[in-house]
Amino acid sequence: MSDTPSQRNPAFVRTEMLPEQAPPATETGIIKWARENLFSGTSNSILTVLSIISIYYIVVSAAPWILNGVWNSASIRECREILEGATGGCFAVLTERWNQLLFGFKYPNEEYWRPGLAFVLLFVAAAPVMFFKYLPSKMLLFTALYPFLAYWLIWGGPILAPIFALFGFVVGYVVWSQLVTRSFAAGFFGSIVAAALTWWIGGMITSAVAPEETLLSAVPSRDMGGFMLNLILGTVCVSLSIPFGIALALGRQSNMPIIKWICVVFIEFVRGVPLITLLFVANVVLAYFLPPGSNFDLIIRVIIMITAFASAYIAEVIRGGLAALPTGQYEAADSLGLDYPQAMRLIILPQALKISIPGIVNVAVGLFKDTTLVSVISMFDLVGMIRGPILASTEWNGVYWELFGAAAILFFVVCYGISQYSQWLERELATDHR
Amino acid sequence: MTTMTDPPQESFRLSMLLNDTRYRSYTFQFIALMAVVALIAYLGSNLVQNLRAAGLNISYQFLGEPSGYDINQRLIEYDSQSSHWRASVVGILNTLLVAFLACITATILGVAAGVLRLSKNWLVRKLMAVYVEAFRNVPVLIWIIIIFTVMTAVLPAPRAFRGDDATASMLFDAVAFTNRGVFIPSPILASGGWIVILTFLASIVGVIFYRRYATKLLYDTGRLLPMFWPSVGILFLPSILIFFILGQPISLEYPELKGFNFQGGWTIRGSLIALWFALAIYTGAFIAENVRAGIQAISKGQTEAAASLGLRPGRIMNLVILPQALRVIIPPLISQYLNITKNSSLAIAVGYMDITGTLGGITLNQTGRAIEAVLLLMLFYLVISLSISAVMNIYNNAVKLKER
Repeated sequence: MSDTPSQRNPAFVRTEMLPEQAPPATETGIIKWARENLFSGTSNSILTVLSIISIYYIVVSAAPWILNGVWNSASIRECREILEGATGGCFAVLTERWNQLLFGFKYPNEEYWRPGLAFVLLFVAAAPVMFFKYLPSKMLLFTALYPFLAYWLIWGGPILAPIFALFGFVVGYVVWSQLVTRSFAAGFFGSIVAAALTWWIGGMITSAVAPEETLLSAVPSRDMGGFMLNLILGTVCVSLSIPFGIALALGRQSNMPIIKWICVVFIEFVRGVPLITLLFVANVVLAYFLPPGSNFDLIIRVIIMITAFASAYIAEVIRGGLAALPTGQYEAADSLGLDYPQAMRLIILPQALKISIPGIVNVAVGLFKDTTLVSVISMFDLVGMIRGPILASTEWNGVYWELFGAAAILFFVVCYGISQYSQWLERELATDHR
Repeated sequence: MTTMTDPPQESFRLSMLLNDTRYRSYTFQFIALMAVVALIAYLGSNLVQNLRAAGLNISYQFLGEPSGYDINQRLIEYDSQSSHWRASVVGILNTLLVAFLACITATILGVAAGVLRLSKNWLVRKLMAVYVEAFRNVPVLIWIIIIFTVMTAVLPAPRAFRGDDATASMLFDAVAFTNRGVFIPSPILASGGWIVILTFLASIVGVIFYRRYATKLLYDTGRLLPMFWPSVGILFLPSILIFFILGQPISLEYPELKGFNFQGGWTIRGSLIALWFALAIYTGAFIAENVRAGIQAISKGQTEAAASLGLRPGRIMNLVILPQALRVIIPPLISQYLNITKNSSLAIAVGYMDITGTLGGITLNQTGRAIEAVLLLMLFYLVISLSISAVMNIYNNAVKLKER
């Protein structure tokens, strides 16, 4: 024991603060983070080392392939000459066949701007639906016009056809809004009759005054291909299947036994078979069930079958949403004196659809991926283009990784984007647990 | 529906069918039924007219005719003289084979990835997130084709294994990866082989009984018997003993390079492997998300309650978290199995002869019996789907929370 003053006077109390000490080096910054997150135990350290090794191998094998890639050549042989035996991707196939990958090999070259413009406008049309809180609702008018505009841009032909199609919807809406105040059924059936009448008259006028030269030259459906075909099938079938899905879900919830059983049989049948068998139906069987002599495009038959497929899945999602609503909501609607259509439109469906959004987006993403199956029935979508015309050509026979990698990236960008949007929307719509 | 306020004394009038909620539902149902009947009648009459115009009829006699095509991957005896029916059965077995293999692999992958996504290790967590997102967002058809390309375009041809300067070699001298498929050894049963297999099956039953007995003992008396090593012992020791006592009645036949190809052993075609692994990896990503959601659905209070009872982390997982999480995980898991079975129909894209490839592919094209073949095909998938959902309903009812 040393004779320090503090020991002789035990009542010492420190009056000034000690200067703050820096934490030990192993307890701060990146070292602490690594100790906690990467090496917190034996098994964790082993996992970390294994992950680092596998990442290292992937990078080492992929990096030269990407960095040495050849972006400019006319064929795979030229690619190999440029590379002189070194490892490297032959990405020239992408630059040379990019338009084919996007639009198929039959779509006229000088018209590529048309589907391109339709694709850009798709974002303008979808924005007011996707970000309805932040954009003026007047923009929805363009969304309503978009299907007709897009049809005219992509398929071309006489402009009267989409105009009369639109006009039919307008007439139907006017009739509906006039009659619905009296009864829902009158408005519903009256609008259908009025729209059908308009379309019939419009169809006669269009064929009567069909001009020789149209503003946009007509492109037949069988010339559609590439990623454009996937996008067309995806957007058309998803947007068509949502109303059908709602109807099927309501039918399945209905307390009228016959309607309920019709819906149940349809939903369970469609969900029980793979999409590919339905595409076989579209390809080889459906023609037997159509009136003799009628000649539907394959793309229309495929759209019918994929829409039927997607409706069944969306119906199940919406049924989940309907079932999740408390019974009190149904009873509240009844006690307000609303009839069935009013209760559904004003109280039940807005809430049920909100709950179902994540599920609907899941179905939409799954459906968009499934549009690649049309390559099996010899339609030239993105996968069909790669496996058919491009890999079979003498210039590019053997360029697998670059093409399939590009296809995978295209799909990944779209699907990942949609699922991120859906997560954002879920947070946006969450009204509980503030 | 609106509440009825009128006293029901008035007699029935025709207009009540439309205006009275008591009778309106009958009107709607009648209209719906008529519409469906009319639609079916319309399609049926079109079908009859079209068939008559084409000079065809609906008949399943083609199933008995010789098929005339060969199937390289098969589980039962089949040659080109066998009937179309036999070809369909081969296809059904192939579908079930690839679905079974893919389900098991996908479960293992998915559970591992799902648990690792919740790991404390940052790097592993991120890697698993990349795996899940990369595979969930790209069509399974593209994965199938990519793996098929690896199997056929990257792997060496059988002749690369020939000679002294062979560029490829067999793994453990037993497994050969070639672009014509993977060749693996096959077991050959001698006279006593069945006894060994039966012993092994009996051991499995024995292990189950031992574990039941140990649990019962634990509950009755509180004595804790060791579980792991006795189980392993009961499982393997008797079979190994009998195997050597009977003089090794089970041997392996190794594949050998003869002529232009490997002979002997079992051949797994590249198409089967492509379909199997692509389905497993793709669906594994979905299962990983289900597993993660299931574990996260169990509230943190359960873990803390178990810890405050003094349970060790492993036991908390086994006894408290997993039994509750499984209730959440298993229904989506089974519907993923259903998806695997349905997605296995993509076999037709790589030429694997499943039911879609035989009945819906070559048989349909050779006989032109589109309606019959597609109907049978749909029926097969429907039976599988409905039976799996029936099993799922039984399970759901069994594990449902018994509430007061």
